[in-house]
Amino acid sequence: MIIALQLYLTEIRLSFLTVQAVSHQYAGTDVKVLNNVVLPIQENEFFTLLGPSGCGKTTLLRVLAGFEVPTQGKVLLDGQDIVRIPPWKRPVNTVFQNYALFPHLSILRNVTFGLKMRGMSRAARHKAAHDALALVRLEAFVDRMPSDLSGGQQQRVALARALACKPRLLLLDEPLSALDYKLRKEMQGELKRIQQETGTTFVFVTHDQEEALAMSDRIAVMQQGRLEQVGPPSDIYDRPATPFVAGFIGDSNLLPAEPGAGGRLYLSGGTDLGVPGAAEAQVMIRPEALKIDTDGPLSGVVNDLVYSGAATRFGVTLNDGSGTVQIQQPSASVSGISIGDLVSVAFDPNQLWVLDR
Amino acid sequence: MKSQGFQSLPWRFRGLSAAAVALYVYLYIPLIVLIAFSFNGGRMATIWEGFSLRWYAEVIQSDQFRAAAANSLIVASTSAFLATTLATLAALGFRGRPLRGQGMMVPFLSFPLVVPEIVTAVATLIFFISVGIPLGMIGLIAAHTVFCIPFAFITIKARMDTMDITLEQAANDLFANPRRTFFAVTLPLLWPAIFAGFILAFIVSLDDFVISLFLAGPSSTTLPIYMFGMMRLGVTPAVNAVSTILLVVSVLFVLTAAWMNKISPK
Repeated sequence: MIIALQLYLTEIRLSFLTVQAVSHQYAGTDVKVLNNVVLPIQENEFFTLLGPSGCGKTTLLRVLAGFEVPTQGKVLLDGQDIVRIPPWKRPVNTVFQNYALFPHLSILRNVTFGLKMRGMSRAARHKAAHDALALVRLEAFVDRMPSDLSGGQQQRVALARALACKPRLLLLDEPLSALDYKLRKEMQGELKRIQQETGTTFVFVTHDQEEALAMSDRIAVMQQGRLEQVGPPSDIYDRPATPFVAGFIGDSNLLPAEPGAGGRLYLSGGTDLGVPGAAEAQVMIRPEALKIDTDGPLSGVVNDLVYSGAATRFGVTLNDGSGTVQIQQPSASVSGISIGDLVSVAFDPNQLWVLDR
Repeated sequence: MKSQGFQSLPWRFRGLSAAAVALYVYLYIPLIVLIAFSFNGGRMATIWEGFSLRWYAEVIQSDQFRAAAANSLIVASTSAFLATTLATLAALGFRGRPLRGQGMMVPFLSFPLVVPEIVTAVATLIFFISVGIPLGMIGLIAAHTVFCIPFAFITIKARMDTMDITLEQAANDLFANPRRTFFAVTLPLLWPAIFAGFILAFIVSLDDFVISLFLAGPSSTTLPIYMFGMMRLGVTPAVNAVSTILLVVSVLFVLTAAWMNKISPK
């Protein structure tokens, strides 16, 4: 709460876009889809809203686009509150999840639609459309109809259509979720390149943590309408603020720990974790930070084994009663281990992260 | 991924295809006979006496036929236009914010489809007499408009239900205010369904007999009523000729409507 207040006070004047204590409740329901969201977003930033479905990330995006007027709070863009400004008057454009290309208009007319509505001359908007299509490498498609294009191409047209308007803020609502794996990887790179080339502020919504980590300058993790944590990808991954973030971003083992001798934390079985701590806490260890070794401080029984080429993943039930941990390590180092084996497990105290209980 | 068809069906009755052929014969033989005899050279509608177009010539030159055809076209196009307009407005009205009692309103708009036509005809006649609307073109158009609305409404509503609302949001997002969004996106996307609804309403009105028989005055005879009158004077191939004309017009319109609905964007 105090951290949020500090963020709020220090960044409110500097920020390009500020979501200021926004709460939202759909009419006739008593659930707050957004609960006091405070979020400063910088200019030229690739900012990602990440969370499971129903966490409020899409609602927040709709608030930014103007499709939803929040029940409380303000959204400041360049210092001006835009909450009551309708979508067609905001310098904000959206790439929709299903692309929402106008099926009755050619690619060129799709891309020039926004410019035409703003009253740009024909020649100027054709030039802008060609530039935007060049940016997404689809110059050759101007005369096609949307139904002639593949999903990936439609995605690019949707991006070009929004970028042609030179928005102050570009919103992307899970734009890659309908693409297959390979195309998605490719588009991630493309999006990042385009964001850097145009210097546009991107607010990107996704439920895919891998995607968020790969593309973002900063990530806001949301759950049940609240912000759980805001920070750069490495912070979110290595230093999660809450157990939810630890669990949602990547795989993690959360083990209960208690303070003990020397002001350090110990597992319930008495293993010294080697990290300082004065209160009950949860300790997060990533599967790749654990290691099956000949003389580790922990021991357990292998109850699960999944081989996936370069790496092998184990489920090991610890003998001290702390629970089952996931361990991932290079396959070459663990050949010969099978389910039911008693193994010892080692960890590096530097790779532990202590969460408040 | 073409359908596997019969191979994947776990059972199959013998003689299905024979039954299907029989069904199609049963459906279409009377129409084919009717059309064939419209080209009969003789006076009988049942005995073939050689090919001739004389009945078409006779029918087309008849003033009564021309008057009835003109009446039919006026009634059908006017009531189809009114019905389609009202149905479009109704379908648009059912979008967005739900109205109180909307769950009942949609079925009730289509309910007239299942009311026996004769009941509607009698009810309308009594209503017209009691409020003093004279029998004639105006009343006929009013009554046709009413029973055409459900046909147009169902067609347009079906399209509107499958229309992606994010397209209009995308237009809003691209600086189009609600009015421009309606004309640049909503209407163009809805247009094929509106047109199909119009055609359907037109055909239904053109073919209507029962309600027209009750409500048409002496000066507002429509084609079906004219045909009914011809039949009473004895069945000549002229009746077949008129029927064929009506049939061809109807089929052409329905095919146009179906085609419009198919080519329209998904």
